[in-house]
Amino acid sequence: MSKTQQAPGGVRSKGLADYLNDENVRAVIYQIIAIGLVILAGWYLVSNTLDNLERQNISTGFGFLDLEASFGISESMIDYTPKSTYATALLVGLLNTVKVAFLGIVLCTIIGTIFGIARLSSNWIVRKLAAIYVETFRNIPVLLQLFFWYAIIPGAFPAARNALEPIPDVLMTNRGIYIPVPVADNAYEFMGIAAILALIIIYFVKKWADKRLDATGQPFPIVWASVGIFAGLVLVAYLAGGAPTAMDIPELKGFNIRGGYNISPEFLAVLIGLTVYTSTYVAEVVRSGIEAVPSGQWEAADSLGLKRSVSLRKIILPQSMRVAIPPLTNQYLNLTKNSSLAVAVGYPDLVSVSNTTMNQTGQAIEAISIYMAVYLGLSLITSLFMNWFNNKMALVER
Amino acid sequence: MATSTQLPPGPSGTSSQRAIGWVRKNLFNSWFNSVLTILAIAFVVWIVPPIFEWAFVKATLTPSIEACRAVSGACWGFVNANLRLIIFGVYPYDEQWRPLLAMVILLGIIIASLASVKYPRLQKLVLPMWGLGIPAIAILMWGGILGLTYVQNSSWGGLPLTLILSTIGVVFAFPLGLLLALGRQSHMPAIKTISVVYIEVIRGVPLITVLFMASVMFPLFLPEGVSIDKLLRAQIGIILFTAAYLAEVFRGGLQAVPRGQFEAGDSLGLSYWQSMRLIILPQALRLVIPPTVNSFISMFKDTTLVVIIGLFDLLGGVKLALRSDPAWTKYYVEGYLFAAAIFFLICYSMARYSAYLEKELRKGERR
Repeated sequence: MSKTQQAPGGVRSKGLADYLNDENVRAVIYQIIAIGLVILAGWYLVSNTLDNLERQNISTGFGFLDLEASFGISESMIDYTPKSTYATALLVGLLNTVKVAFLGIVLCTIIGTIFGIARLSSNWIVRKLAAIYVETFRNIPVLLQLFFWYAIIPGAFPAARNALEPIPDVLMTNRGIYIPVPVADNAYEFMGIAAILALIIIYFVKKWADKRLDATGQPFPIVWASVGIFAGLVLVAYLAGGAPTAMDIPELKGFNIRGGYNISPEFLAVLIGLTVYTSTYVAEVVRSGIEAVPSGQWEAADSLGLKRSVSLRKIILPQSMRVAIPPLTNQYLNLTKNSSLAVAVGYPDLVSVSNTTMNQTGQAIEAISIYMAVYLGLSLITSLFMNWFNNKMALVER
Repeated sequence: MATSTQLPPGPSGTSSQRAIGWVRKNLFNSWFNSVLTILAIAFVVWIVPPIFEWAFVKATLTPSIEACRAVSGACWGFVNANLRLIIFGVYPYDEQWRPLLAMVILLGIIIASLASVKYPRLQKLVLPMWGLGIPAIAILMWGGILGLTYVQNSSWGGLPLTLILSTIGVVFAFPLGLLLALGRQSHMPAIKTISVVYIEVIRGVPLITVLFMASVMFPLFLPEGVSIDKLLRAQIGIILFTAAYLAEVFRGGLQAVPRGQFEAGDSLGLSYWQSMRLIILPQALRLVIPPTVNSFISMFKDTTLVVIIGLFDLLGGVKLALRSDPAWTKYYVEGYLFAAAIFFLICYSMARYSAYLEKELRKGERR
């Protein structure tokens, strides 16, 4: 046998062939080759890129971020004018992405859960309707759905002059929906602080209640207590801030609507499209999560004499959550990533603002790296959070 | 009890009694369900007749703008008049039998490959079919030989483009994804790291950013004088993107193969590649057929994103048709619905087949 398997006491010296046949030596060689290839490919691409950039007289670096952006952005959550810097513009885009992704995640969870449960209903017609919804919207490309909503929304509402007013002071026009918002006041900042404070207090009360339940078996009405603490503290902050009542109400001025908060058609199209599409996936996740809980668990709950709502809340859902959380995380990440399709309907998200920046400055590599890094970061943060949550929910086995 | 659901036992009774029993059991078995049923029926009655009326009763198929203006329902005439523009994009009108034939060949190969899971006799034909089919499609689409006129790939479009981009994307991503999956399972830290970083980075970013990278940054990566056209760049972007997702699918399959199988391979003295080829992969790949079909479905849907970088796939064809004449512009609902129907038909049937296969493949596990 030519293979020397660590011959005791070095009976014979190893030749080159022995080394080459050694699994560990081979592994090292393979890895060196692999790393070498990656470095070589990287070097080739980088040197080509630098050559090309030099030839086209494009300077590299992120210096452009401090320059004046000089383009307008139709909607922004922070102060932005064309005189702001590119960095501010990108921040506006990022915030818009976060806004639509966050709302989308909340809405698709609610809608998806409803349809997921409806697909398991004992009611035939409800089951079928839910199945039609899920199968239809998940088998049509999300971009097509975005185009569809974006085409339909402006056409569905009248021009500003004949704005619909379904609820007093809420105006629906082909330029979006206008809703009244409170005029900025210190009181609202107090309320925000109070809300955070309330959450911290609720956390400790919940801990105390759990401990007491374990020790004495006496339940504590934690839900009502939490609602009370939260509402009470926020109300006190509102009153302490002078109870402001001024509202910024949208109204027709000339041919346009002034005041209020505008929910743009672009935003609505992206939000509806992403929500509807992702909710079908969430529905399937919820359904398989519930189906994964053995029916013996229902029967066990019944034989304990628990009400159906209690057994769902205390026995079935905690177990199905465990199955559902990993795929749910994936769907949330997908929604966040799909929000980049906003660029197709002109909602100024991160990708759209970056593209404008790229076209104006020619800094393609920097602009693309920025949004890729941001999405990667968002993905990493979400999966870290979900891993933490998953570990917390995981079955503790002895 | 008022909400009792006791039914006459067994299939006795007349058919009308059975129907009433079914209704009571499935629609009115509790007060809550009765309310739901009534609400649901009200919803259906409220929404279906107007849609039906719009889509069929008051609609027209006549391909003229006058006919469309005359009706209050759907203007399917828009689709009828622009059918070839929507389906084939700007491919030369007289040559459009070529993309049609290419599409038929491609669909045939896809269906045969999917069916081969159920009919093992077809399995030997799958690789030769792809080997012959892809060049045949390339010849049909490009032309330039065999008396076919040359067609630049900048004028490819419509449904054939959608099918080609997604199919070629998955077929070429297959080997790359397999290597990445094996790399991720490897004991060698460097190879594992390279695979993990590639997979996670690609999966962490949206496809559209990869496509933008392909369309804007690829030209910078290449040496002076070398250039590849937009379609090919998008295709490469799609392949690189799909590979990361397929790698995760394959990893699932590899992990589902019991450890004993790896050890059995080792104890037979097989090398790594031998045991992979002969023992592990045949088992793993069989398991991943349904999720691979699902990857193909999502790729098929995501191919629409090439519209954003200026290629005209099926969705792009609709947009072209809408723009072709200002009079048509307002019939976007009909156009989008038509494209949606095609996507739905293809995706839904594949999804059903994949779900069926999943059940079939599990049959062996049930005793």
